Amino acid sequence: MARSPKTPAKSKAPAKSTASKSSKSGPTPDELKQYYREMLVIRRFEEKAGQLYGMGLIGGFCHLYIGQEAVVVGMQAAAEPQDTVITSYRDHGHMLACGMDPKGVMAELTGRRGGYSKGKGGSMHMFSREKNFFGGHGIVGAQVPLGTGLAFAHKYKGDGGVCMVYFGDGAINQGQVYESFNMAAIWNLPVIYVIENNKYGMGTSIERTSKTPDLHTRGAAHGIPGEPVDGMDVIAVQEAAARALKQCREGKGPVILEMKTYRYRGHSMSDPAKYRTKEEVQKVRREHDPIDTLAHKLLEAKVVTEDDLKAIDKEVKAMANEAAEFAQQSPEPDVSELWTDVLLEA
Amino acid sequence: MATQVLLPALSPTMTEGKIAKWLKQEGDTVASGDVLLEIETDKATMEVEAVEEGILGKILVPDGTDGVAVNTPIAVIVEDGEEVPEGTGAAPAAAAPAAPAEAPAPEAKSEAAPAAAPPAAAAVADEPDYSGPMKTMTVREALNAAMFEEMRRDESVFLMGEEVAQYQGAYKISQGLLDEFGDKRVIDTPITEQGFAGLGVGAAFLELKPIVEFMTFNFAMQAIDQIINSAAKTLYMSGGQMGASIVFRGPNGAAARVGAQHSQCYASWYAHCPGLKVLAPWSAADAKGLLKSAIRDPNPVIFLENEILYGQSFEVPDDEDWTLPIGKAKIEKPGADVTLVGYSIAVGICMEAAAKLAEEGIDAEVINLRSVRPIDVETLVESVKKTNRIVSVGEGWPTCGIGSEVTQLMCEHAFDYLDAPPVRVAGADVPMPYAANLEALALPKAANVVEAAKSVLYV
Repeated sequence: MARSPKTPAKSKAPAKSTASKSSKSGPTPDELKQYYREMLVIRRFEEKAGQLYGMGLIGGFCHLYIGQEAVVVGMQAAAEPQDTVITSYRDHGHMLACGMDPKGVMAELTGRRGGYSKGKGGSMHMFSREKNFFGGHGIVGAQVPLGTGLAFAHKYKGDGGVCMVYFGDGAINQGQVYESFNMAAIWNLPVIYVIENNKYGMGTSIERTSKTPDLHTRGAAHGIPGEPVDGMDVIAVQEAAARALKQCREGKGPVILEMKTYRYRGHSMSDPAKYRTKEEVQKVRREHDPIDTLAHKLLEAKVVTEDDLKAIDKEVKAMANEAAEFAQQSPEPDVSELWTDVLLEA
Repeated sequence: MATQVLLPALSPTMTEGKIAKWLKQEGDTVASGDVLLEIETDKATMEVEAVEEGILGKILVPDGTDGVAVNTPIAVIVEDGEEVPEGTGAAPAAAAPAAPAEAPAPEAKSEAAPAAAPPAAAAVADEPDYSGPMKTMTVREALNAAMFEEMRRDESVFLMGEEVAQYQGAYKISQGLLDEFGDKRVIDTPITEQGFAGLGVGAAFLELKPIVEFMTFNFAMQAIDQIINSAAKTLYMSGGQMGASIVFRGPNGAAARVGAQHSQCYASWYAHCPGLKVLAPWSAADAKGLLKSAIRDPNPVIFLENEILYGQSFEVPDDEDWTLPIGKAKIEKPGADVTLVGYSIAVGICMEAAAKLAEEGIDAEVINLRSVRPIDVETLVESVKKTNRIVSVGEGWPTCGIGSEVTQLMCEHAFDYLDAPPVRVAGADVPMPYAANLEALALPKAANVVEAAKSVLYV
């Protein structure tokens, strides 16, 4: 019987920009265009995912990244191929930014055999060994020790890699986060703790869960430097990422970056978001949208024309549609897959 | 091109909803992200955003309509200047999307009982014949030797845990390792079980082979989320792309007079979980042969030692290449009248009971499980075919314990050969008491096993 390949067939995965990562003089116009495109890929992909969820094609939990695109795109813009990424369950954007194939991601959302986990992981559990993306974890905060372990392995092997561990303001009060900070600090591990502070842990605002709203100071007890970053500005993120990566690569130990960001959608699909006002959301969308902000900058600097942006938009929309099409056409996993991948043969 | 707006599913359990209020009206221009309407779901009132740009051409289901099924067309979006096509909304779109969220996966339902029909387990190799030199070792020395040998053999193996390095091990299992392998590979951790268990799993994701020592398995309760959710499930959740080759080891079960929080057997907790292998050695040979196999195994392995056994001596094959297959039980003493099966320290109790039974002319067979996940059903069945009676012995609590599992397996696989209901000898169903006399009462003893054996023999 036909088995799906371990990773989905390559399609038009967003090409990764590899030019001038150190960027002492800031990103080039081409890089900025690339950031715009990558953020748009995430935005359109997530909108499509929301649509498929509404059609009943995606089940269970589905946490969208809309609004936070600048964080992972800016971080990845500064990263090198040997670096590793791990995050929570709000993970679609991270996978796309790591260069994973949108078709394989979307097909995992629909639970089909063409998905990255052959349909066995779902929205919250996808991985790509090839792209150094290590999930996709569903227990709030659990990815933080795991990512610290990836950093441990980078140091042990001496492969020059840095692990970027993403977690939200909701995870910041988990004990294992501080267990990890402590070990990373005493062992000088090459790890960047990227706190995506979108102001709400599910429905509870950060003011209600944290005495001090400045989460970048949470490493102070362990001597870990922290920096607040405008997470709605991809350039600011890229610059902060470059600084943090440099520090890690120089063997100076862990860094905390607190990304001040915002999610437009609910915590998950079934969240009516009554804990914040419509005006609050609209204000961020209107004044701080990461994609609109960059578009405006690009137009103002005459790096692109309106027509250029429209062309990118059209291409990205086609990509999202293609992913959705694949995710619906790909068959469900073969029933024999129920029993596979439990253990490896010794 | 006209696009239908379908009533979306907005929660994992929503099958229908009520159109609360349209916020856009026919003829309004809509942009992607605009709120079209509010619907009431089984959980809350939710806003529905447009995903297409265009003009709201027609509202098919008006305000206040209740019981609208998910995926019913509720409106049509058209492009500027386009007419709403005739007959729109009369019936669900021809290309009606696939099953709603609740639709059961057809395969899952058509299988009568998928859980009862796993593929036959791959045959486990028999223990290799060994006729080389033997060496007397304590369980402690055997565990120590296994780690020395495997760390010499494979650079990616490292040991971490509390007091494993400079202190030379809380129970001296890691004695000498720091001197040979240095602090890169023998790592003292802070007291932070969840943290270092998770860190070990993360390192294993990048193909290192950690040995994580818990000072005792009681403290692994702090880390059990990382063991189950991160170590055991990742291979499956990733569709086979990555897993964790990692050993979690340390003493398990009761020591002596350390009270309830430090005296618990976790065998059945871990044995419950797919994605793990769970070993519980008794002798020094078990300890060495199984720990070497566990370190080499590509899966997460729970390795349950026993503090009281650490100082006991046994004969061990004196050969660095000698290992034991995981999943194979050992007949420690052949017999014809009754099967006594145990794991870890309970094997010794069974041996003691067998000696006492022999004095009374009863020939007991003693089986050392060695592995509680997987359990070697074949060896148990063959034994029961011969003896027709079985007593399982373990230190853990009786409810949902390893003994319960052994009993049920015999009912499933050897029912016709049983001449008496299988019997469990387990720890007393109470937290471990401190008082010496009460503690002794709480733990299985040879006398209990003798009594149980006689009960199944009806003597």
